[in-house]
Amino acid sequence: MSSLIKLFLSFFKIGLFSFGGGYAMLPLIKKEIIEVHGWLTNAEFIDIIAISEMTPGPIAINSATFLGYRISGILGSVVSTIAVVLPSFIIMSLIFHFVNKFKDSPYSDWFFRGIRPIVLGLIASAAVSVAMDAFVDIKSVLITLGIFYIVTFKRLNPIIAIIIAGITGVIFY
Amino acid sequence: MLFNMFITFFKVGAFTIGGGYAMIPIIQREIVEKKKWIEEDEFLDAIAVSQGSPGPVAVNLSILVGYRLKGLKGALTCCLGTILPSFLIILLIATVFFQFRNNPIVERVFIGIRPAVVALIASAVYQLAKKSKFDYNKYIISIAALLILVFFNISPIYLILIGGIGSILYYKGKDKSSKD
Repeated sequence: MSSLIKLFLSFFKIGLFSFGGGYAMLPLIKKEIIEVHGWLTNAEFIDIIAISEMTPGPIAINSATFLGYRISGILGSVVSTIAVVLPSFIIMSLIFHFVNKFKDSPYSDWFFRGIRPIVLGLIASAAVSVAMDAFVDIKSVLITLGIFYIVTFKRLNPIIAIIIAGITGVIFY
Repeated sequence: MLFNMFITFFKVGAFTIGGGYAMIPIIQREIVEKKKWIEEDEFLDAIAVSQGSPGPVAVNLSILVGYRLKGLKGALTCCLGTILPSFLIILLIATVFFQFRNNPIVERVFIGIRPAVVALIASAVYQLAKKSKFDYNKYIISIAALLILVFFNISPIYLILIGGIGSILYYKGKDKSSKD
């Protein structure tokens, strides 16, 4: 029971402090799930990101459900999914009821101007920390460079990129 | 109406791959253009609020639209519709995944996929940096945040709070001195 409470609190925190989309929350998930609680290995975490990327829906929800299941089964997945959404629900309710106060306040604009550069740093740090586990030899570095090029400059669909990388893995390893 | 709302968001949740941002145009087509539940302007405001708030942007947006259409019940309905497909699909995959994870071929597939995840995140960084048009000071803040996270054992929560509150103090000071 106490592990479910911990799971709930971790994902509530993740939901509350995730600004700027799914990738920006990766460092926070890593901190809470891997470093503080040791619930997953780095490799498992990266595999879950890849699967979340390939399935429909927001990455935050996908990874919360997946991680919850991994940590405490179906009950865990229900708890973590509710926990990650609850902050959104509370904040959206407040905004909906007090919308005018928020709209005209310069404070929220100032706040977001300050966190935007931080969010960029957060996402970059996610790339670095995933790389530390993903790079096992020179071949894996080459896969990263190749996929980066075709996704960024040739606009290849990320799902197809993941499938290509998976096939490359079977051939090369 | 509630059932109709649920089905609409369920469909969006079930068929958009590529994260929350990919869901926004689909929600817009369903809610604004097809069903005409909400005016374009109001929808754009809702997008801005959803992006500027913590949490998954598609979930935030569905909650706001739900509130607007049917109050608290509507918000719960739309939120559930958005997350339920992800939840069910992932649950299905998770139960299968952990049985096959140690299969040697699956292992090789994932050794190949992990570097691709690095590439996808790096690509997001590149595109975000290009789009954001930061000045040098802001890039220095980004790089500092990156280095702190990589080399020190500090929670990203503190960086977000320091960045946000620091920025409020900075702009408030600037605002005040320009008025004086």
